Amino acid sequence: MFGSINHTSSVTNSLFSRQFLHPPLQDHAGIKPFFGGRRSHTATSFSNDVDQLPTEAPLQQELNFPGGKVKFMPKRIFTSGSNEERTNCYRVLNENGELIVDSDSLKISKELGVKMYKDMVTLQVMDTIFYEAQRQGRVSFYLTTIGEEAINIASAAALDNNDFVFPQYREPGVLLWRGFTLQEFANQLFGNKYDYGKGRQMPIHYGSKKHNYVTVSSTVATQIPQAVGAAYSMKMQKQDSCTITYFGDGGSSTGDFHAGLNFSAVMEVPVIFFCRNNGWAISTPISDQFRSDGIVVRGKAYGVPSIRVDGNDALAIYSAVYEARKMAIEKQTPVLIEALTYRAGHHSTSDDSTKYRPVDEIEWWRDDQNPVKWFKTWIENKGWWSDQAESEQRSSVRKQLSQAIQAAERVEKPPVADMFNDVYDVPPKNLNEQEVILRENIKKHAQEYPSNVAV
Amino acid sequence: MGHHTNLLSYRRRLFQPSPAGDRKLISIYHSRPLFSVNSNLFCLIDESMWGIIRQNVGVTGGLSSQGLGNHMMRLRPVASAMRSYSSATKEMTVRDALNSALDEEMAADPNVFVMGEEVGEYQGAYKITKGLLDKYGPERVVDTPITEAGFAGIGVGAAYHGLRPVIEFMTFNFSMQAIDHVINSAAKSNYMSAGQINVPIVFRGPNGPAAGVGAQHSQCYGAWYGSVPGLKVLVPYSSEDARGLLKAAIRDPDPVVFLENELLYGESFPVSAEALDSSFCLPIGKAKIEREGKDITITAFSKMVGYALKAAEILEKDGINAEVINLRSIRPLDRATINASVRKTNRLVTVEEGFPQHGIGAEICASVVEDSFGYLDAPVERIAGADVPTPYAANLERMAFPQIEDIVRAAKRACYRSVPMSATA
Repeated sequence: MFGSINHTSSVTNSLFSRQFLHPPLQDHAGIKPFFGGRRSHTATSFSNDVDQLPTEAPLQQELNFPGGKVKFMPKRIFTSGSNEERTNCYRVLNENGELIVDSDSLKISKELGVKMYKDMVTLQVMDTIFYEAQRQGRVSFYLTTIGEEAINIASAAALDNNDFVFPQYREPGVLLWRGFTLQEFANQLFGNKYDYGKGRQMPIHYGSKKHNYVTVSSTVATQIPQAVGAAYSMKMQKQDSCTITYFGDGGSSTGDFHAGLNFSAVMEVPVIFFCRNNGWAISTPISDQFRSDGIVVRGKAYGVPSIRVDGNDALAIYSAVYEARKMAIEKQTPVLIEALTYRAGHHSTSDDSTKYRPVDEIEWWRDDQNPVKWFKTWIENKGWWSDQAESEQRSSVRKQLSQAIQAAERVEKPPVADMFNDVYDVPPKNLNEQEVILRENIKKHAQEYPSNVAV
Repeated sequence: MGHHTNLLSYRRRLFQPSPAGDRKLISIYHSRPLFSVNSNLFCLIDESMWGIIRQNVGVTGGLSSQGLGNHMMRLRPVASAMRSYSSATKEMTVRDALNSALDEEMAADPNVFVMGEEVGEYQGAYKITKGLLDKYGPERVVDTPITEAGFAGIGVGAAYHGLRPVIEFMTFNFSMQAIDHVINSAAKSNYMSAGQINVPIVFRGPNGPAAGVGAQHSQCYGAWYGSVPGLKVLVPYSSEDARGLLKAAIRDPDPVVFLENELLYGESFPVSAEALDSSFCLPIGKAKIEREGKDITITAFSKMVGYALKAAEILEKDGINAEVINLRSIRPLDRATINASVRKTNRLVTVEEGFPQHGIGAEICASVVEDSFGYLDAPVERIAGADVPTPYAANLERMAFPQIEDIVRAAKRACYRSVPMSATA
């Protein structure tokens, strides 16, 4: 069935319309061959008279198949499954912090550049301190973004606040850019009563409706088709915005990735697929994850325009996402961006990556390919930053963080009522009854229940 | 009478008083019941009764209460049927009921859209979405590639952003491909996001066995989805159920799993004028007492309601007056109605087509034991499908699912009539 989803006429779309079911207009001697290129004659035209033989019709050179004409070839040529030549990677800033000659990097203002850098530093410091808090036993779990600060901040900077973000879990920088405070982050980690998640989720599962950042969900890559659905909603409501969804190299192996990309192209929706190819899915290196040339080549397979970008180059990411967003909204098309980078930290606080990868590899990426350092060099060269500003920023953030942690630790946990609401829009009777029973129980046996939970 | 060729003309003869007063029409009650609710009542009419009604009930349908006592009370619906036929009682198949409900909700709210395999150009795998593509266009009736996980996830994402999707699974057996999205992306989202993300989505499609579709197309998912907090699970039986519950589901801000039945799609039920109104809605979480009784309670849902009603007719002849409850809603389960009924009858038989272990009947039994233990005069009887993947061969399939005789036997066991435990035929 080749019914068209969208009746607006566009070149690619018309080729998928139901015209496929009608034979081609030319017919050869009364018979309408559809497949194959053989000549055919009708019985009526067959005759022994040489003068009466029908004129030879030109042989078919190509097949008029939905999606476009397909040329024939008489030799068996298999496209190779391996990468002879890899897709080029877009980079505008070199490791010395200099703009590469001939780059088409977008110009950014001092204000934007400085905010980007400050947020990258904040993210770096936040990660270090929260990670230590977990090691001290104050927070149960944490996941760092070390090595991917440019991806987080620069991609967020290129978006509009109305664009819906569907994160995986390694994108708190996007939320930070949009104005989530360090205190709000700390509240979620400690699951206290100010946590917008009401203490219901593990640490790092941030979510904020007012920042258009969909709550982090532990299930891998489920956010991909969800982002497509939300983009469909934006398209239906004719909104001037897009959705963006982040996932890793590991997430690209899931069924949801396939369904999401395939659907997005068919439905023609404004969604940016941002793949953080950081080389590792916990302990699985990408050589065990896929054998394609990364994720960028898959875009072509689904009909999605794609680009590969240097994930440690904040300016390249900014420019690529900016243009992708423009494309997505103006042309109502999905776009795939693959950012090559490295997960310089462990997968999470439950992981020790030195067990499965060489320490010098980690150190090279973390120190030499450091996105924060490169960007710092660039803005320093522009005269927008100084060493003094650097130390001020770092110490200020550290102080704010330790205050935030201390404050969050002291705050009460969410009240008992928050255990029972939000299951449904309106609490059902059975839960109301259970809440009453629980409260009575707490009153009767107060010593059995934690004291830092308000009744 | 020998000239009648279809049921409609039978009905016409039945309700229009004819000068000849042909009492042989009584045999009508042996054919398929005209009214699912009151079908048993026709059994009670004997020829002499019919004659009395004819004398007392005029064209306007008034009922006299002269000396007929209980029988007359039971026959009142017959008279009202005569009255309503004079204004053309509407019958509707479940398929049309679902189609009209979707149509009306889509007309009322531009955010409602339908998505699934074959829902558009093909008019729906079971024609439930017939005509909707032509009426609302491909943006609101979306044909999808074959990936349940994909379109369920996409539907959830659209719901996160404010649309109201109605996702069709060709059968709920295929929903297993998408069950992570139904549960982890839809059901739990409102809670996990602390109320920031609500998911007004409906997942609908045929559930349970059909006829000869084999193991991978016959499973009932009522128990699986019914156990998940955050979901609402509805199980319509009649056309009125189908209309009212689907409309309620689409309007509900929470995710709803709407379990239909393929074999019921073609069945016709009478629908009241109220049910035909576009604002009609049934409350979620309320069971319906299809047939009142005092000796035993039989709970059922979906197709089994019809079987339970027929079993009740058979039991009536043996002097057992059964109360049949149409659950309508598996989650929330209407524990109040079930318990009130058991407290009245003191005996319970639960009926379902799904696998017996961890089934709906187990939950109902536990509920009754918790709330009304002292009222039970007999152990609760559970009737369920056999504990095997559904066989294909028709004879084996018949043995793998509850039949009317199984319900009758169970009811008799609960009433301590001596009956063998297993089917002998």
